Amino acid sequence: MATVIKDIEIQPNIPISVLFEKHANFIKEYGQKENSYEYGMTDYLRVSGMFWGLTALELMNTLPKQSKGEIAEYIKNCQDPESGGISACLQHDPHILHTLSAVQILCIYDNLNAIDLDGVVRYIASLQLSDGSFMGDKWGEVDTRFSFCAVATLALLNKLNAIDVNQAVEFVASCKNFDGGFGSRPLSESHAGLIYCCVGFLSITNRLDVVDRDTLAWWLCERQLPSGGLNGRPEKLPDVCYSWWVLSSLSILGRLHWIDAEALKKFILACQDTETGGFADRPGDVADPFHTLFGIAAMSLLGHESVQKVNPTFCMPQHVIDRLQLKPQMMID
Amino acid sequence: MSDCSSDENENDTILYRDRPEWKDVTPLKQDDGDEPVVAIDYTEAFEDCYDYFRAILKKKEISERALELTKTAAQLNSANYTVWQYRREILKGLGKDLNEELDYIQKVILKHSKNYQVWHHRRIIVEWLQDASKEKYLTETVLAKDAKNYHAWQHRQWVIRTFKLFDGELEYVDTLISDDVRNNSAWNQRYFVINNTTGFTDEVLDREIDYTLNHIKTVTENESAWNYLRGLLLHGKEGLSNNKKVTDFCEELYKSGNRSPFSLAVIVDMCFEQLNEGGGDSRYTPQRAKELCEELINKYDIIRANYWKHMIEMIDKTMKDENIESSN
Repeated sequence: MATVIKDIEIQPNIPISVLFEKHANFIKEYGQKENSYEYGMTDYLRVSGMFWGLTALELMNTLPKQSKGEIAEYIKNCQDPESGGISACLQHDPHILHTLSAVQILCIYDNLNAIDLDGVVRYIASLQLSDGSFMGDKWGEVDTRFSFCAVATLALLNKLNAIDVNQAVEFVASCKNFDGGFGSRPLSESHAGLIYCCVGFLSITNRLDVVDRDTLAWWLCERQLPSGGLNGRPEKLPDVCYSWWVLSSLSILGRLHWIDAEALKKFILACQDTETGGFADRPGDVADPFHTLFGIAAMSLLGHESVQKVNPTFCMPQHVIDRLQLKPQMMID
Repeated sequence: MSDCSSDENENDTILYRDRPEWKDVTPLKQDDGDEPVVAIDYTEAFEDCYDYFRAILKKKEISERALELTKTAAQLNSANYTVWQYRREILKGLGKDLNEELDYIQKVILKHSKNYQVWHHRRIIVEWLQDASKEKYLTETVLAKDAKNYHAWQHRQWVIRTFKLFDGELEYVDTLISDDVRNNSAWNQRYFVINNTTGFTDEVLDREIDYTLNHIKTVTENESAWNYLRGLLLHGKEGLSNNKKVTDFCEELYKSGNRSPFSLAVIVDMCFEQLNEGGGDSRYTPQRAKELCEELINKYDIIRANYWKHMIEMIDKTMKDENIESSN
């Protein structure tokens, strides 16, 4: 049988550099369009959306410093006084995803005291189940994404001791598969996004010993396709966000050099929208802040000199992680 | 992101502000603080619906009309998790027939099958009902369109494990693998079923190895099947390099001129295993592994050249360590 690989073809006329100015404008203007239907449509992910946009801007050295107060005020109003959790936008229910995003934003602005931090800690601790896993909110969805959110939030607040870390590690370890990867729950299929969550989790909890380093790193570098782009699972199409999930995991494992960096750069550059600015998942698709952050952050891991250094565990500027004196575990030879 | 077509309810075309049964509610505009971060101008139907949604959410109104409103709100934006949470509170408060809710959510899932919120809503309703009889069919419908849909697989695994519905699952997986031998989700499900039922006993392992090798024979460049084979061998006593069936298969494939990188990778690892564990199979020498690595670097897997260079280094390092050991 002939070999058919799911992939895309990169056109010859792709941009050869990162269009920084366009991307900065793209993010600043996002949602300020005349028809901001998108704004209403995206309120359920507003705070995370702010994190993607603001982090991308900071990595490109264009963070609007004057927005510090306004943004803190918005986040403060999204905090539920009862549970302590933070919601995606005003009047929504709190969720661990947005609680982490909010804390990340406030860390970038060095403005953590704007919210009730004890409340955040209380909220995260309340979501841990007896098997060590974490729910995303009070409705009980369990997923390794939430394990990552929990320890990342608490580590940023220097409050990891508020949860049962050993039990949390056991749950994540139970999601390790025979191919070295991790899924959302025990025996769920390995998936690069969830691998990032689990590897990031183990990096924060200083338990990378759980990982089968080279089995996993090989699986991760198998994600690179002839186009240079990375997919998230076997036989899926490449997508810029996996440039981040796969690369950050490989960085933490000290195996970043196992992928072909030049080929990946070419793919990422091809995903830029030369007209509107921003990155799309694949060349020719519509750009959005999510893929823009991961495109920029991946370029940082690939050593682009005009992008600030990003921390692979937290997906935050390294200078912020240094200021907080955090040292998430990394594997080095 | 979401389509606004109204096939649910013909009322959808009438804005809430024009409906007599909503006259007593004052719509609540989105309040983004004094200085909105971003200016807002929604499409009319969206704005109308969510203004009323915010108003009744604030009052926590539990009523038929509120239930109906959540339907419109979910239709306009199925990813809005607050809408689903509020809907569940109403369903409970009114004591609604949850089977009707299952029928409704099925329609939403078929439209928005990559949405965390709708699947989670489904799961909670199934939990409340303690009836999972419709779940296999639903996930099969979704997987027929997208055989790797992660949400559908997660839901299916949860249902199968929680309600002990393993019967027939291996046959279903087999159908999927026959349709697309590279379907990694299906191979993973195969592992899931065996792990949760018979376990990897000697007989099962033998059967599964045959099954996998047969599928590799048809498509040799298939990461999923090769990974599954490696996963199986982790359960055996023979490791990677001492299972005669597997080694014979790989050697025959090699002799036939096949150079699938996955097959070469397995041979490299067989050599490395023998080097580490002192096996006596003369086919699996460090020299052969290094030669294969060179071929992978230069010809068969150029993009991962650095990985294969790493393997050469590991082999050299192990040989050196062993030499030091034996000379001591």
